[in-house]
Amino acid sequence: MARKVLTLAEIRDGSLRNVSFEAIAAAKTIADGGEVVAALVGESVQSYADELIYRGADRVVVVENEKLKNYTPDGFGQALMAVVDAEKPEGIVFGHTALGKDLSPKIATKLNSGLISDVISVEQTGGNFVFTRPIYSGKAFEKKIATDGLIFVTVRPNNIPALERDESRTGNVSSLSVDIKDLRTIVKEIVRKTAEGVDLSEAKVIVAGGRGVKSAEGFEPLKELANVLGGAVGASRGACDAGYCDYSLQIGQTGKVVTPDLYIACGISGAIQHLAGMSNSKVIVAINKDPEANIFKVADYGIVGDLFEVVPLLTEEFKKLKVHS
Amino acid sequence: MNIFVLMKRTFDTEEKIVINNGQVSEDGAEFIINPYDEYAIEEAIQVRDKHGGEITVVTVGNEDAEKELRTALAMGCDKAVLINVEDDVEESDQYTTAKILAEYLKDKNPDLILAGNVAIDGGSGQVGPRVAELLGIPYVTTITKLDIDGGKVMVVRDVEGDEEIIETSLPLLVTAQQGLNEPRYPSLPGIMKAKKKPLEELELDDLDLEEDDVEAKTKTIEIFLPPKKESGKILQGELADQVKELVSLLHTEAKVI
Repeated sequence: MARKVLTLAEIRDGSLRNVSFEAIAAAKTIADGGEVVAALVGESVQSYADELIYRGADRVVVVENEKLKNYTPDGFGQALMAVVDAEKPEGIVFGHTALGKDLSPKIATKLNSGLISDVISVEQTGGNFVFTRPIYSGKAFEKKIATDGLIFVTVRPNNIPALERDESRTGNVSSLSVDIKDLRTIVKEIVRKTAEGVDLSEAKVIVAGGRGVKSAEGFEPLKELANVLGGAVGASRGACDAGYCDYSLQIGQTGKVVTPDLYIACGISGAIQHLAGMSNSKVIVAINKDPEANIFKVADYGIVGDLFEVVPLLTEEFKKLKVHS
Repeated sequence: MNIFVLMKRTFDTEEKIVINNGQVSEDGAEFIINPYDEYAIEEAIQVRDKHGGEITVVTVGNEDAEKELRTALAMGCDKAVLINVEDDVEESDQYTTAKILAEYLKDKNPDLILAGNVAIDGGSGQVGPRVAELLGIPYVTTITKLDIDGGKVMVVRDVEGDEEIIETSLPLLVTAQQGLNEPRYPSLPGIMKAKKKPLEELELDDLDLEEDDVEAKTKTIEIFLPPKKESGKILQGELADQVKELVSLLHTEAKVI
């Protein structure tokens, strides 16, 4: 049964986020031949509309307002609800990002709807759309269906493949004027703490350090390796608790759950709570001095050795590879 | 200040998950206060100690959650409320839990509600914002700092590693992120005192709710474990050769580089 599905496009550092293209792909599946409408919300965002069409949206609705410069649940909530009222979608897909996690429960509550969050795959069985999502931070999975209200989901970055970009696609881009008022939370300042570019949840490569890194300086070789691979640096709880790095880098059941293509664990023993956050990565490399370390049980490739010897060697090898290819 | 903490009892993070008859088996498992809710409890205690007032810790669950409620009381909360849904609710989701909590809270005039930003079992992160929306109050999720000065509130919000400095006001709901504080361990006198603190038990009836009012809007149809991973390859030989081999394997066999 064809249905109209709405997605919310997200912009970060001046570009559309990849997860927004993945959300369009998921929306296309759920639409089942119906229309996919992308909402584009912000202060001045019209210029991103064509890209959303190339990525598979059939139509784009742009809501621009100076009060939408920064994300707030009230501001974006009002904008989104105006689009929902105008479009009356039967399905909604957001990215499972800081913004998506914050806004989706509000919209779902306003629409008296269920919400299936952190979805990693969508399949159609019989008349139902079945959504798979991790529980216990990836120690198990559940399959869920929507039984009442809209089909409303958030999709985890890096899991549902985006559609191929196609510049020959065309679609209508319209504007919706929304009166944004009574913002009860105001963003006074945004403090950048992350290194430029690569966000942990969207990184294709993660180089993570544990207690074996021994100090904040010990993370330097890991950062170099991550740079060469265009990846991000992460850490275990042990490393964060020891003060070697910021909690925002923590991967595990408390902390972030990540699924990169390549996860390089350096000096991480592999406590269950850490494994929960990373064991669904596509390929895992473990580097540890202790051959008995738990991390080797989930690793595809392991090197038993001192990370301070191995990591710089790896960096050099990858540099060579980059030069040759 | 009238402070409420929304708490969930969860599996210990070190527990392995075993599935029995399509359900996650609770046999012999250790339970804890959801770690993110511990930050919420600690923050509530610090706010109360600074500004005065009373903390009520609330959970939706069954009588097993009494243990975790007592722990919260031992940490320093003043009162506990267990909304026992064991007999009334068969299938629940975040819609269900939020609706029950909001129904309980709606006539309590909360100034501040704290919750964890996510529970480490279901992992949806929905209940906090849903409750705020149902109560018609603002919310800020994943906070790492909270400063209250009269009616004015400054919050630091973690946004994927960056920080937003947010100005807002009471009444307010916030959800705690790691780094907000260091939760205390219950002290022995705390544990003794907790035994005498009030723990109220409510059912849906007491909240004038029918089972239909809180009927879940989503349904879990299957729970499964990830496929067991084949043992990986431990490389051998000189370190430098191992590194060369690894890069080549990642490039040609795994094809991730």
